[in-house]
Amino acid sequence: MSASTQAMQRDDVQNPGMLAAGQGEALWNAQPPGGGQSCASCHGDATASMKGVAARYPAFDEATRRPIDLQDRIRACNARRPGAPDMPHESEELVALSAYVGLQSRGTPTAPDPDPRLAPFRARGQALFERPIGQLNLSCAACHDARAGGRLAGALIPQGHPNGYPLYRLEWQGMGSLQRRLRNCMTGVRAEAPPFGAPDFVELELYLQSRAAPLAVETPAVRP
Amino acid sequence: MARALVNAPKTAKAGEMMEIKTLISHVMETGFRPGMDGRIKPRDIITEFACEYDGEVVFRAALHPATSANPYLAFETRATRSGPMKLTWRGDNGFEQTETVDITVE
Repeated sequence: MSASTQAMQRDDVQNPGMLAAGQGEALWNAQPPGGGQSCASCHGDATASMKGVAARYPAFDEATRRPIDLQDRIRACNARRPGAPDMPHESEELVALSAYVGLQSRGTPTAPDPDPRLAPFRARGQALFERPIGQLNLSCAACHDARAGGRLAGALIPQGHPNGYPLYRLEWQGMGSLQRRLRNCMTGVRAEAPPFGAPDFVELELYLQSRAAPLAVETPAVRP
Repeated sequence: MARALVNAPKTAKAGEMMEIKTLISHVMETGFRPGMDGRIKPRDIITEFACEYDGEVVFRAALHPATSANPYLAFETRATRSGPMKLTWRGDNGFEQTETVDITVE
């Protein structure tokens, strides 16, 4: 990552991700039309209650007996909240709200959920990471483990750490989640990407998070 | 929903240079790109930015289709007197947003 992109991420006025976080803050405190509960009604001040939360997601969800990522956790919470707006995956609102929650963990080391029930899912995520896919027959590991630091058509191949999501990507000219980024790579190797929210994605996220620990959370990060 | 971030000093010494940094949320659609249906998406950009410091325009910028989404503008101006600094963005489809910061000069 170039020095100018790093500088852009560090300065909160230059970082366009902060615009999304600002929108997320408004959504956090917004009551549904006609009254009712906002996020803040239960969770209070996010700067206190959400501190460090994003650093340990995906976590184990008791209701579904599966790992759940932050965006799906917000969606599940919204589903229980009367009058709450519907926020589909990758919608501007959901990305903004998760950026705001993620911002509260900025600087906190990534801390994978130690719950032993997550182990089989994490192992499946690792298998997905190492399995060659697509017409190009490449696995995630083929680039992000074996050739990290090298170049792909002039672009630097990163180590593939997920500690800055949701982030502002200059190529997108906008915000996106980790799943959007994973779909990018899958399309790049000419594989069929699963839909947003697919179990494969959550398992991959889970493995990537344990692989990245203890890197500090950078949400909302800026990437080229 | 348009949102903007402005970073300006609240207080400054007379004669001192102040750096004003601004960032605004805007798609800056160029008017040259086809959408998913193959049709050219209509242009939707910010065309003009102006900074009025106590009623006097101290900085103005014209923006064009090649400007990135969420344009960041930073400039310097000399602190002369206390007063409001009014930052205005105008653009296509009647877009207009104004942010005001009060500056106290000691």
